[in-house]
Amino acid sequence: MSQGVLSPSGPAASGARACPRLARLTLHEFRNYPALTLDLPQEAPIVVLTGANGAGKTNLLEAISLLSPGRGLRQARLPELLRTGGEGPWRVAARLVSDAGERELGTGLQAESERRQVRIDRRNAQPAELAAVVAVLWLTPQMDRLFLESAGGRRRFLDRLAFLLDPEHARRVAGYERVLRERGRLLADAPASPADSAWLAALESQAAELGVAIAAGRLTAVEQLNTALAQAAEPDFPAALLAVEGTVEGWLASMPALAAEARLAEALALARPKDAATGGSLVGPHRSDLVVSDRRRAVPAARCSTGEQKALLLAIVLAEARLVAGLRGLPPLLLLDEVSAHLDQGRRAALCQRLLAHGGQVWLTGTEPALFDALKGRACALAIANGRARLEEWAV
Amino acid sequence: MFGTEIERLIQLLSRLPGLGPRSGRRAALALLKRKETLLLPLLEQLGRVAESIRSCRICGNLDSAETCAICRDPARENHSLCVVEDVADLWAIERSGAFKGRYHVLGGTLSALDGVGPDELSIGQLVARVKAGGVEEVILALNATVDGQTTAHYLSERLQGLGIGVSRLAHGVPIGGELDYLDDGTLATALKARRPAAG
Repeated sequence: MSQGVLSPSGPAASGARACPRLARLTLHEFRNYPALTLDLPQEAPIVVLTGANGAGKTNLLEAISLLSPGRGLRQARLPELLRTGGEGPWRVAARLVSDAGERELGTGLQAESERRQVRIDRRNAQPAELAAVVAVLWLTPQMDRLFLESAGGRRRFLDRLAFLLDPEHARRVAGYERVLRERGRLLADAPASPADSAWLAALESQAAELGVAIAAGRLTAVEQLNTALAQAAEPDFPAALLAVEGTVEGWLASMPALAAEARLAEALALARPKDAATGGSLVGPHRSDLVVSDRRRAVPAARCSTGEQKALLLAIVLAEARLVAGLRGLPPLLLLDEVSAHLDQGRRAALCQRLLAHGGQVWLTGTEPALFDALKGRACALAIANGRARLEEWAV
Repeated sequence: MFGTEIERLIQLLSRLPGLGPRSGRRAALALLKRKETLLLPLLEQLGRVAESIRSCRICGNLDSAETCAICRDPARENHSLCVVEDVADLWAIERSGAFKGRYHVLGGTLSALDGVGPDELSIGQLVARVKAGGVEEVILALNATVDGQTTAHYLSERLQGLGIGVSRLAHGVPIGGELDYLDDGTLATALKARRPAAG
């Protein structure tokens, strides 16, 4: 039946509050796991996964990330998650315990379709409803190049941060993207006729309303994050400073939202001929960028070293975790994949201290247990190999 | 497992909204087991409905007459016209008993991605009805989805300058609803659309 079952008598962190944490995780035909059940000790808020490359550490984190709306930390297509040679469909289930009691969450691919199925407390639910039960926040090695690559990745990162602070943000972004696709199709399909012009105006007015709300949501998130980052300035971590650069965000600094909506609708209408030629859309919050810098040295993140960039990202993610904990009263589940890569020993130790103070459940991965020495005796360590998990004896 | 005839029946039943392959099999089996009391009466009724039901030539509602019962009813108010996406929405509003005017069924919403344009919907007929006179207010009772709201924007524009009032349904706190349980979007919309308290 189940493999890798752990005894519930794990190492204890004294005085731990009952923040939302996974007490049980079950995987079925997921990535490299045919079947796995993990029973996690209640007392350990930090779970360390160690194992060789390709052992399946990140797959476990990915499974947990699918307990939130969206496509998880790898942004994979849902059918790709099925184990090679696996008898589908794949399933991920979890029991979440907190002060509020126990919740059962489950997700998987619907039989005979490519749609995601979500179950909350054994009833069918919409993926968006997961956000009300638990917040999940992650950092992966793919995000190491966030500051060097295109603005799209940084926008998605910022939108995810904004969504965790305001769940409506995701609905607005999805609606905005859909309206822009509709407008693009209309511009591509037909040369403008009077009827099409009214249709375009209807779409642009919708795009303007949603677009300005998105820009405002991002600005609010950045402001809240900057406050949280300033409060937590510690010598071992760089102090990140965030800003959003974008036309609509700029308008919002100098005019009320309604005026910005009118201006965006007008700009979209003016851009029709060019947008028809390029197949895109010249103006709007889908063109904005998240700009991060090291506050103390006033250096843009892209010009910091690889390790410093990682530390900046970590500082942002940890600040977000504190914000979500403050706003919703419950700290999010933190999934930190290969997080100690690029960090020096001092920063690793500082990170461990911060994670112990987080209060919510943290999942860490690394190839060597030695990377997490500072957590010895205070975390539950699992050795991952061949689709199985084994509780490590970790001396205090 | 089944003969091809049963297989075909299951396939057809599975295409009904709310039904999938499993419930299609159950429905097929229920019909076959209760041939006299269910299958044959259903067959007969389906035949009658297929023969007689058509879209109303005025509003698009479904009825056995060329002009539906609502459009024929002399007691209904001519001055207000409620625009809905689908007959299901018309039924929903009728169930409420709160509306005494006439209807106009659009037959969907604008969606460039699905190839549904103004010509695929009964928008021309709507404009013609308004121009024919007698209508003082058009109520846009469209869904609060992105496509529904885009269509509402479009219709407001098309109806502008015809000398009538155009209104939309309010979005907000449901009757018997507790604020604590309301989703953030609905609550924000309800706050935006607040009204002065009477008295």
